[in-house]
Amino acid sequence: MEVLSAFARPALDWHALAPELTLLAFGTLITVVDVVWDERSKRTMPTLAGLGLLATLLPILTLAVDGTDRTMFGGAYVVDDFSLVLKALFLISGYVVILMSVDYIREGDYYENEYYTLMLTSLLGMVMMSSSRDLISVFVALELLSIPAYMLAAWRKGGPRSNEAGLKYYLMGVFASAVMLYGMSLVYGLAGSTTFSSIAQALSEGAADPVAILGILFVLIGFAFKVSAVPFHTWAPDTYEGAPTPVTAFLAVASKAAGMVALIQLVFVAFMGRDDVVQPFFWVISALTMTIGNLIALRQTNIVRLLAYSGVAQGGFMLVPFAVASEAPARAVEAVVIYMAIYAFMNLGAFSVVLAVARKTRSGEIDSYGGLFQYAPGLAVAMTIFLAALAGIPPAGGWFAKFGLFRALLDAGGGWAAALGVIVAVNTVIAFAYYARVLVQMWFLPAPDGDERPIAVTGALGAALVITLVATMAFGVLPGLVGHFGEVSVLSALG
Amino acid sequence: MEVTGFDTWVLSLAVFLPLVGALVIMLIPKVYETELKLVALGSSLIALIVGIYIAIQFDYGAAGELQFVVDKGWIDVINSRYIVGLDGLSLPLLLLSLVVVPLCLIYSWNHVPEPGNTKAFFILILILSTGMNGSFVAQDMILFFVFFEVVLLPMYFLIGVWGGEDRRYASLKFFLYTLFGSALMIISFLALFFLSKDAAGEFLYTFDMRALTDAAGVGIIKSTQVWIFAGLFMGFGIKVPMFPFHTWLPDAHTQAPTVGSVILAAVLLKLGTYGFVRIAIPFLPEAAIAWAPWIGLLAVIGIIYGALGCLAQKDMKRLIAFSSVAHMGFVMLGIATLTDFGINAAIFGMVAHGLITGMLFFVAGSVKERYHTLEISRLGGLLKSAPKMGWILGFASMASLGLPGLAGFWGEFPAILSAYNPGAGMPEETFRTYMVIAAIGTVLAAGYLLWLFQRTAFGEPPEEFASQEIKDVNRDEWIAWLPFLIGIVLFGVWPNLIFNVTDDVVSGITASVEAIAAGS
Repeated sequence: MEVLSAFARPALDWHALAPELTLLAFGTLITVVDVVWDERSKRTMPTLAGLGLLATLLPILTLAVDGTDRTMFGGAYVVDDFSLVLKALFLISGYVVILMSVDYIREGDYYENEYYTLMLTSLLGMVMMSSSRDLISVFVALELLSIPAYMLAAWRKGGPRSNEAGLKYYLMGVFASAVMLYGMSLVYGLAGSTTFSSIAQALSEGAADPVAILGILFVLIGFAFKVSAVPFHTWAPDTYEGAPTPVTAFLAVASKAAGMVALIQLVFVAFMGRDDVVQPFFWVISALTMTIGNLIALRQTNIVRLLAYSGVAQGGFMLVPFAVASEAPARAVEAVVIYMAIYAFMNLGAFSVVLAVARKTRSGEIDSYGGLFQYAPGLAVAMTIFLAALAGIPPAGGWFAKFGLFRALLDAGGGWAAALGVIVAVNTVIAFAYYARVLVQMWFLPAPDGDERPIAVTGALGAALVITLVATMAFGVLPGLVGHFGEVSVLSALG
Repeated sequence: MEVTGFDTWVLSLAVFLPLVGALVIMLIPKVYETELKLVALGSSLIALIVGIYIAIQFDYGAAGELQFVVDKGWIDVINSRYIVGLDGLSLPLLLLSLVVVPLCLIYSWNHVPEPGNTKAFFILILILSTGMNGSFVAQDMILFFVFFEVVLLPMYFLIGVWGGEDRRYASLKFFLYTLFGSALMIISFLALFFLSKDAAGEFLYTFDMRALTDAAGVGIIKSTQVWIFAGLFMGFGIKVPMFPFHTWLPDAHTQAPTVGSVILAAVLLKLGTYGFVRIAIPFLPEAAIAWAPWIGLLAVIGIIYGALGCLAQKDMKRLIAFSSVAHMGFVMLGIATLTDFGINAAIFGMVAHGLITGMLFFVAGSVKERYHTLEISRLGGLLKSAPKMGWILGFASMASLGLPGLAGFWGEFPAILSAYNPGAGMPEETFRTYMVIAAIGTVLAAGYLLWLFQRTAFGEPPEEFASQEIKDVNRDEWIAWLPFLIGIVLFGVWPNLIFNVTDDVVSGITASVEAIAAGS
């Protein structure tokens, strides 16, 4: 009883927690509606889930307008501009994924209501991740976003590949979590605290301690699994190929971004004093991830696997700024945030086209894209824009993301940064070589079976395409739109 | 000069009208083919009219200064602005680009190459046009970069969809080479952004090309300058293309559809040489002096290699493509001398090469259409079977080999001459050696061009075509070709039309190079 009476409830800022609570409420609502109305409720589920995400954006807007930084739980949970920008990014990506899912899930004879509940739960984890500023809250957020994702990956319950995807993802994910937890325990042992700011202080003082190096590396490696960095990427292609395509898009974009967000906080706040460990690690990891991801992508014949490996390589690009974390912290954070935002739209767009085409061809082979420009010029042009964006060719959005990388590297200056810049440049060229293989099929070759019936794009999928297409082009022509958010987030991320 | 009213819009109109045309066409269903074509031609012609208006309004007394300048906010977070402006260097190239596009549309009016699809074909050419026009007027490095890259995808598709048998290989090669160059180029742009200082030693942090021209690389240590120049060299040199990065060009030209080749030769290659004169040399004069002998070396290797390559070709189009390598070698040699004379000649050479080689590719395209082959050994007797086309081929060949009185002469001859006396701080003996080698190159040029003309045009028509009726130049071809032919003669007899416009800009550039050379 004494323990209980000694417990003082920490002060809760309800406004700051409103996004999380809204999301939670809608997740619960979906479950309740499912239980009460059962079969009849199925039609309304995607709408309800989408509404939930849009409703969650409202408190984020009011918080952004309000503009004050709110700190809770002894600094473990912070709502600032950085976290708001990323929360919005997660929610919008989630919304697009739900638009992509509607017909896929409905037509596939899968559990519908649970799908959306789990999706919202995973998003809740991501939304929490962007506010977490301490080892424990990061870990809780990570598990909250990962565990539903394991199940979603296995959602095509009849297909052995999907089961393989889910199991592989689960085993590797749990293994990564274990490694990370071990690292966290070492870091905690040294710092005596779990909040990032105190860790930063403790680590920069005890410079030569090998345990600190081990702890830092283990934590980083744990997240390297999550963002599928080479050599910890092996789960990604199998999982991506086996999982339902909307889930693949979700993993490739939102889940990866969540890992990146955690890395930003860890690298730029908690481990900032230890750039002697962090920077070489990321230099090597990013160079490997870009290059190997791209080289393997060259050999793929399945479009989803191609996008999976391209996603690995894109993750490598996102890791590049971490290699100059201490020389150019502001530019580096900005580069990662901008890259994530643009990548979310262009990659989701590419997956939307894959979904639309697969509705007709029932195939994921790159060969099945033959003649697309002849019978579905709109989709072919959209896909061209998304692939050009992924390759970084102006005026499609991706160029500004790559530009941000170069800017961070050159702001840092020095031979190592320049060398990494050249590696990025070379990889940009390699990447185009495999994106071009899809372009070749769509534009240069006839339809493989001579079937030139047009493709009917459903309403929800069409909406997803329009959103991603408009965003991709807008970011390319007026990069200031996304640049602004990058800039805003930097200020608060670095304090 | 204060820019007011309509004049603030003219450059943007010239750049974006074709793009607007392309967007309008996208909305027109494919079946309305005539309407599509009219919109395409209309938008490019209006852009040309705007271009003519610019040429009339242009203050030729102040050709060395940027005119019609517009400076508006664009990407504030990276301090990049929408700055467009036009001076004596941009004007001829912008006009060239504006003229070539409608002519290409007219040429394709009734025969869009296999596999058809006029709508997509015209849309791509119009997007290409926006990219090219924009590159010549952009005065902000990021804006320039975006326009520079916009041309890539349309050209990729033009080659890849409407090209010859090896089109997939050729289009990808074209794309990867240029993309590699431009990736390194953007690194150099950023290095310039972070390292450039103004006269007072303060960091500029700007992409504004005017400010960077004024700064002239002062404050960047020489070894860094040399590296930055290397990145720019890759970006522009691959585009030119310079030996040893030229290998994409013969493939791209050979496989591209006729108008693709024409646009590639007439305008796209000039983006590279323009980049050297507009960006690389004025921004980093010290590095330019260090690099110039090497650029000169690669240029003369290109001249000889291109010429020898021509002599070994069996395919007419491939031969013309290799002759492009040689001609762009002359242009680069002129630039490498860093003299007033040489750079003026180089700019003239860009326009002349655009007109002449563009014309040659047109003829090659029409020959291919009639004979269904470009194999030189199978052709012959063009002067008998289609005399007008034969004479046009002869005329363009003469112009291309640098016959005095035609445009080709004024690009080549002064470029060679300028190598006799290169700019301050440059090795004289080396450049005089280059001069001799380049002169030998002109002899070879005469050799391969006359050889080409002789084998395709002289003699009796070969038996396999004797039974077919070979049609002579038709109406569309006349309309598309006449401006080229007139231009070749006009600039040949009146070269000052261009030299007077470009000289002010060029002397500004060489003056800053000399100042650096004197200072070091």
